[in-house]
Amino acid sequence: MSTHNDTASSTAEGAGSAEFLTFALGEEEYGVDILTVQEIRGYDSVTRLPDAPDYIKGVINLRGTIVPVVDMRLKFRLPRAEYTPVTVMIVLNVGERVVGMVVDSVSDVVRLSAEQMRAVPEIGATIDRQFLTGIGTLDERMLILLDIARLMTSPEMGLVAEAAAAAA
Amino acid sequence: MDISRFHAAFFEESREGLQAMEAGLLRLESAEPDLDTINVVFRAAHSIKGGAATFGFRAVSDLTHLLETLLDEARAGSRRLDAAAVDALLEAVDVLGGLLQVAEHGGEADGAALNPAQASLQALLDGGAPAAAASGTPAPGTAPDKWRIGFAPEPSLFMSGNDPLRIFRDLADHGELEASVDDARLPPFSELDPFEAHLAWDLILPGTVPRDAIDEAFSWVEDQCALQVEPVHAATPAPAQAAATAEAPTPGEPARQVEADSSIRVAVGKVDALINLVGELVITQAMLTQRAEGLDPVVHESLLSGLAQLERNTRDLQEAVMSVRMLPVEFAFSRFPRMVRDLAARLDKKVRLRTSGEATELDKGVIEKIVDPLVHLVRNSIDHGLESPAERRAAGKDETGTVTLSAAHQGGHIVIEVGDDGRGMDRERILAKAAERGLQVPDNPTDAQVWDLVFQPGFSTADTLTDVSGRGVGMDVVKSNILALGGQVEVRSTRGAGSTVVVRLPLTLAILDGMTVAVGEEVFIVPLNMVIESLQPGPGQIRTIAGDTRVLRMREDYVPLVNLREQYRLPSAGNANANPIAVVVEADGRRLALEVDDLLGQQQVVVKNLEHNYRRIPGVSGATILGDGRVALIVDAASLGSTVPVPAAA
Repeated sequence: MSTHNDTASSTAEGAGSAEFLTFALGEEEYGVDILTVQEIRGYDSVTRLPDAPDYIKGVINLRGTIVPVVDMRLKFRLPRAEYTPVTVMIVLNVGERVVGMVVDSVSDVVRLSAEQMRAVPEIGATIDRQFLTGIGTLDERMLILLDIARLMTSPEMGLVAEAAAAAA
Repeated sequence: MDISRFHAAFFEESREGLQAMEAGLLRLESAEPDLDTINVVFRAAHSIKGGAATFGFRAVSDLTHLLETLLDEARAGSRRLDAAAVDALLEAVDVLGGLLQVAEHGGEADGAALNPAQASLQALLDGGAPAAAASGTPAPGTAPDKWRIGFAPEPSLFMSGNDPLRIFRDLADHGELEASVDDARLPPFSELDPFEAHLAWDLILPGTVPRDAIDEAFSWVEDQCALQVEPVHAATPAPAQAAATAEAPTPGEPARQVEADSSIRVAVGKVDALINLVGELVITQAMLTQRAEGLDPVVHESLLSGLAQLERNTRDLQEAVMSVRMLPVEFAFSRFPRMVRDLAARLDKKVRLRTSGEATELDKGVIEKIVDPLVHLVRNSIDHGLESPAERRAAGKDETGTVTLSAAHQGGHIVIEVGDDGRGMDRERILAKAAERGLQVPDNPTDAQVWDLVFQPGFSTADTLTDVSGRGVGMDVVKSNILALGGQVEVRSTRGAGSTVVVRLPLTLAILDGMTVAVGEEVFIVPLNMVIESLQPGPGQIRTIAGDTRVLRMREDYVPLVNLREQYRLPSAGNANANPIAVVVEADGRRLALEVDDLLGQQQVVVKNLEHNYRRIPGVSGATILGDGRVALIVDAASLGSTVPVPAAA
């Protein structure tokens, strides 16, 4: 059992089962709590931001709100990050912030029961284990379940000011 | 009915009421007491009491009741409000503020402050038993024989849903009511407006009816009528009281009140939502205009004229909506009389506060953010600027120092000045202090450069630390707060004659006139109020210093040249202009030339917050949305100027 049961995981464990939006990054399949997803859009041209890491693509105008866009493929250091017609952006609503997340494609929405969610094995990976809530198994598919709220507001992402990140 | 939903409105109104009381009391203290001012204070106390009683805030209503009684006597002319009385009243106002705070946010009432405040009011009431009591108000406990009530509603009475008959029925419940009507104001039938109240009444009630009951019956209409309640004592003939209450509201006064009441209270959130929506509309309108540019004006004449009309309407709408957020700067100034008074007393100085331009309007957001810096500046003026009365006498000045607070519009800005006629700043001491602190000082500094040193972090020349100021924090915070608002601050000072701090602020934070410039594929907005000029540098105009720092020669001056592409670390695109353009900006008193590829035009932009979903970016003050829906960043020249230009990366 993980020790940080906020947003994504609380629903998962509280209700016994939870719904996840699944998406593909290269060969891997990921899942985020459907409740954090605001909408799904096509990838638009962005306005680049000065002094930002490469995975922060820039900002877009989402109906009058300025929303930063993160390319998860660059963040997770996947070999290829191409922008094709099916490249999509998942707009997330995490901790009162709106963030766009570029992924290769969106697959479906799945419901996972508590038994289908396994603990994350001890691995050394680009992504810190604290940002994973577990591994979901669905038939032959393996879903990497992200604690997206924690990830997006972490200082590591550089999306929020240091002080705000520490408080979140 | 759940009345708790009216609480917020009550607290809001009470806060305003307390402010009005405080301002009125201070006026009473400084000037000859006039009836208008006493009435204002009395009315404020009265409505707080009414509200508090309705909502069951006992402590509040009890204390206000004492206040009100005292003020009522002053109003009737039977009590003079001397300094001691005003002190007690002010103290009570403070305690009241505390009680309201507790009632609003919960917590423990400050009994330690409440009791003395109540006691001192009571002492005033008991001790200074009004001399005129015999003719005016009867001593408590002795019921009059009869109550004579003069009730003349304003024409607008019915519009607020009040009905005199209901009031009379209420009164009749308490005892036998005699009523006689005065129809003198009744117009001829042909001009009669049935929605207006034209009648006035004289009512007689038995003396056994408690005064409170009468007040309660009229409590909903008292601000909409001329009301006189007089006790009729068998021994005292009526005419004598008529004289005593002759100063009760006259027909001229209610008219003014009606005017003041013609406003509504709206949550700021709603106004902000409105402003955002209008901002969206402006963007959409700009987008339509841009799309229509390629259309054949002959074929699409009516469409194009419609778009032109839309543009005008949008602008007007935007202006109108923005003006909703504008408040008179008085909201920021109103706290100062009290603060100055208390501070002067604590520091044993004599201070007179002069304010001007209170009606100057400013965005609510700016007002809220400017209060703290102003408080600091005023404190500094009193603590450091003004001398003690003895020193002032010795210098041949009036013992009472003057602190001035003024506001005025200047172009698209508001200029707020905080000045004093004190000792002025000491050039030598500031320089000595700067040397001691190891601050960088230019050779042969001008006065302005010396005064600017006080804004350096950790700078304070106060000889002794006081609890008011002098801890060496402050002026730098003042400056950074003002810069954050897009403003500027400067000091003027004359030895022996005083100093003035001039704060220049934009009128609003939400809209900005910008120059759009292109850097590679990106578009940036440079705030127009910072732009001095833009030029295409000739071959000899760009020089380098130490190989990599570039400067632009402008007539006789050299200004640092900053390449925006390098500054913002944008990838160098192939389409860079071979003949870049330099936009010379001034921020923070310094000039800087920004090297851009192209000038695109000028437009008004709606400032959007980047930090809402992202974080602050050095050199960028915000973002906006262009006509084509793209996001453009707004250049913050002030912070660009303060960061050391990055060495050329390419």
